[in-house]
Amino acid sequence: MSTEVPESAVPPPAEAGESSPAPSRRTFIATTTAVGGAVVAGGVIGGTYLLDPEEASAADASPSSRLSLTVNGTRRTVTVDNRTSLLDLLREHFELTGAKKGCNAGACGACTVLVDGQRVNSCLTLAVRLEGAEVTTIEGLANGAQLHPLQQAFVEQDAFQCGYCTPGQIMSGVGCIKEGHTGSPEEIREWMSGNICRCGCYVKIVRAVEQTAGRK
Amino acid sequence: MHPFSFTKAETTREALNAGRRGGRYIAGGTTLVDLMRETVERPEALVDISGLPLDEVSVTERGGLRIGALVTMSEAAAHPKVRTLYPVVSEALELSASAQLRNMATIGGNIMQRTRCTYFRDVTADCNKREPGSGCAALEGFNRTHAILGTSDACVATHPSDAAVAFAALEARVHLLGPDGERQVPFADFLLRPGNTPNREQALRRGELITGVEVPALPRPLRSGYLKVRDRQSYEFALTSAAVALHVRGGVIREAKVAAGGVGTVPWKLPAVERHLVGERLSESLWAAAAERAADGSRPLRHNRFKVELLKRTVERQLRVVGGSK
Repeated sequence: MSTEVPESAVPPPAEAGESSPAPSRRTFIATTTAVGGAVVAGGVIGGTYLLDPEEASAADASPSSRLSLTVNGTRRTVTVDNRTSLLDLLREHFELTGAKKGCNAGACGACTVLVDGQRVNSCLTLAVRLEGAEVTTIEGLANGAQLHPLQQAFVEQDAFQCGYCTPGQIMSGVGCIKEGHTGSPEEIREWMSGNICRCGCYVKIVRAVEQTAGRK
Repeated sequence: MHPFSFTKAETTREALNAGRRGGRYIAGGTTLVDLMRETVERPEALVDISGLPLDEVSVTERGGLRIGALVTMSEAAAHPKVRTLYPVVSEALELSASAQLRNMATIGGNIMQRTRCTYFRDVTADCNKREPGSGCAALEGFNRTHAILGTSDACVATHPSDAAVAFAALEARVHLLGPDGERQVPFADFLLRPGNTPNREQALRRGELITGVEVPALPRPLRSGYLKVRDRQSYEFALTSAAVALHVRGGVIREAKVAAGGVGTVPWKLPAVERHLVGERLSESLWAAAAERAADGSRPLRHNRFKVELLKRTVERQLRVVGGSK
């Protein structure tokens, strides 16, 4: 958790009331690691410096921009270092840690989210380019306590082991179904090939997509 | 990643003004952002051109097809005109990257994408393309995926695009807009062989913007298709590939357009193969005989000698698939 080199110094989101009162699992892990002595001072959480605004403006000449976008139906306005990826924006600023940082290079699909209804790699998407965009992450898929049909299918088909790639697989599967590339298991495999699963759950992932597309 | 300023161009004029001042255009960003993160690319100013009106596919007056620079790979591949008139373009696009990347990446960016040579991407390695004069680590390094055609002592990196191979085969033209106005460049002249200046990759002038790619009209009926051979079945760059388009009438090949990918420092047009085909009757023995010329002039490296034979077989197979006769 703490070994990754921080890549951007970013002022915290301008929006108020973002931090949750209770310690989350991530905060807990990061804090624990910091106590262990592995982390430099300044509060590194999962690869991004979190600076207070004064500190940020004093120490940092790195250009930043203000943008508004909608994430899972909620309008957000935020100031980001121009280098911030959508993935880091979601994970480090909005505490939406469903989308995963696997390769951070567009080679694994673990970071897949929908932008304006289309599946994309959030690691290769600069947040600053998303003014006015609508982003849907795995956290925005369920309807209250009711899972999205593809989430339910992943459970029923046992389509994962470690689960790390699963949010990306599901978001990609939602895109695949919407695009209509579910005519056969072969077609699903090809159109889901942008999502790598190191546990090798491909057969069941294909079944889950197939089931949801209504072709079971 | 190095810091950069960011602006979004609302008009083509705004984009050109920013480009003339040294701004770097960004469309899909799938290559550029990746390489910026590796600090291979260090632009000081990014100019977002995604809002410009360059996102249409249209039939030209001459009966060709013009694909706007900002049409995404997904849109271009799925477009009915592209699918019916030039299946080779659709197939090349759909065999590229992943569905996610194709939703992001554009046609203009696709032909601008930079090599996957691991030494180019590793800023600690010698690379004449990245740091002119520093040498080429691939020449004596691990060069299994590198080029066997169009190489020089300075660079042996392949051009990674599949769509560009289809465009090269079809003799497309790149439409450009710059401070001095519009111009068109034949595809063969747009992407540059490395020679002594592998850092110079395209025939672009400062601030010039790609506005589209025009595929010329070809005599009909035209059959075409793309074959890609790689280390895994999907989501991988080509070891070899072949783009083939044939116009056959009365059992005789009247026109042949053939190019190969994964083997050249640029998409590799195969005129010797084309010449062998034109005027011939379809026959079982024709494809192998024509494909025998596919690796003419090749200079394999230590680890990629296999590409010579693989290239010939790739071209032979795709000629047979498109040509249709047994």
